[in-house]
Amino acid sequence: MDLIVAKYNYWIYILLMMIGLYAMISKRNLVKKIIGMNIFQTAIILFYVSTAAKRDATIPIIEHGHEHEAAGHAAQATENAAHAAMSAINPADYVNPLPHVLMLTAIVVSVATLGVALALALRLHGRYGTLEEDEILEQIR
Amino acid sequence: MKILCFIAVVITGILLVIAADDFPDWGDPQSPASTHLSPHYITEAVNETKVPNIVTAVLADYRGFDTMFETAVIFTAGIAVIFVLRSTARKRKAGAPEERASEVVRQDIIVQNVARIVFPFIQLFALYVVMHGHHSPGGGFQGGVMLGASFILLAISYNLGKIFSRMSERTSILQGNIGVLVYAGIGVFSLLVGANFLDYGGLAAILPASEDAMAHSHGMLGIEIGVALAVMAIMVAIYANLSSRGKYDKGL
Amino acid sequence: MIWQFDLVILVLVVICAIAAIHVRDLLSAAIILGAYSFLMCLLWTEMAAVDVAFTEAAVGAGVSTVFFVAAVFRTTRRTKD
Repeated sequence: MDLIVAKYNYWIYILLMMIGLYAMISKRNLVKKIIGMNIFQTAIILFYVSTAAKRDATIPIIEHGHEHEAAGHAAQATENAAHAAMSAINPADYVNPLPHVLMLTAIVVSVATLGVALALALRLHGRYGTLEEDEILEQIR
Repeated sequence: MKILCFIAVVITGILLVIAADDFPDWGDPQSPASTHLSPHYITEAVNETKVPNIVTAVLADYRGFDTMFETAVIFTAGIAVIFVLRSTARKRKAGAPEERASEVVRQDIIVQNVARIVFPFIQLFALYVVMHGHHSPGGGFQGGVMLGASFILLAISYNLGKIFSRMSERTSILQGNIGVLVYAGIGVFSLLVGANFLDYGGLAAILPASEDAMAHSHGMLGIEIGVALAVMAIMVAIYANLSSRGKYDKGL
Repeated sequence: MIWQFDLVILVLVVICAIAAIHVRDLLSAAIILGAYSFLMCLLWTEMAAVDVAFTEAAVGAGVSTVFFVAAVFRTTRRTKD
């Protein structure tokens, strides 16, 4: 029971990934396959971003007060420990920024791949007159 | 055939769900992804780079190599689309006049005038997003995509020929090149000054920046501009090729 | 990180994904994919991933949908499955 209640979000991400995978391998139309690829990619990005979230944490942009305190703390060598502990940035207040960085690259790569895939589909349609995979295979043989 | 695919997908799903038992809980601050390297980035990003937006700091400074190759990937995708689709051969049908990109004009007055009025504001906001990426969500990619989308808006509401005076094929390929060149150029410039490749600390000797951290911030601004240029040019090039099938005669 | 919002938007996202691959008209599938991208952007904003949400709003719900519609206009709209 703990598997279902605590980790229900992973089940939904896996369901989305499987929807995208099913569209990629079983649909006969080329544009539907490309739509399935897009769904799969965004589901993977959703999975990574959700591992970065933290409860009661804010966006990964350092607020103004902390920024000045951190800069002052770095510049001065002598600082008593209590003041330093009060003004230090607490990592549990901000969400984990590393998966966001990786997923920015992934989104941009996905749109580049989408452009090339649609160009190939357009070229195939111009050559064979249809976008269905079985009709194209018939014309090739 | 579809039944087989469905069974294969269900089996893969069940395997993944069994593996999901080991994943950390949602929103756990002590999950393994958040405990080894990321606290260092959160606490030290402002000290070392003077950029409050940690995602931009990691993207452009700590992981600058990945971003450079990602810009190269976008540029390569644009070149690939041009290779696959672009054809300059024109078949003239007997008696049919050839339609040029600037002659097909539709008569949607409201759409055309609203697009024409909104276009400079979209570009201004996109420039703001690029420049302010250090303090707010944004950065080079987002601003570049918005700049490209503004040109695509004009191309949809008028015709494809309207944007060719500003972003012809040659201009867009050239700007894509210049974007990647600016990024790699800053890296090579750091080499020439004496630091490592893409180490912005070396730029402190040249720029009027006062300390090492400010030079990091200025270097990041430079590469964000390069990324925005490249992404804008490639978005327009891919749209122009997709909507006219490579012949550049008429758009949508 | 309000889990009620997350659950509702996740259910809508799954419905959009199933609808996008199920409809017979390719133009409708492209528009439903645009709605799917926008719902993903909402989900990521709610998980405090603002840079990723900004990029997905600009790229997925903007430029990617335009590419799909341009490709569908240049080929056929109907599909057998």
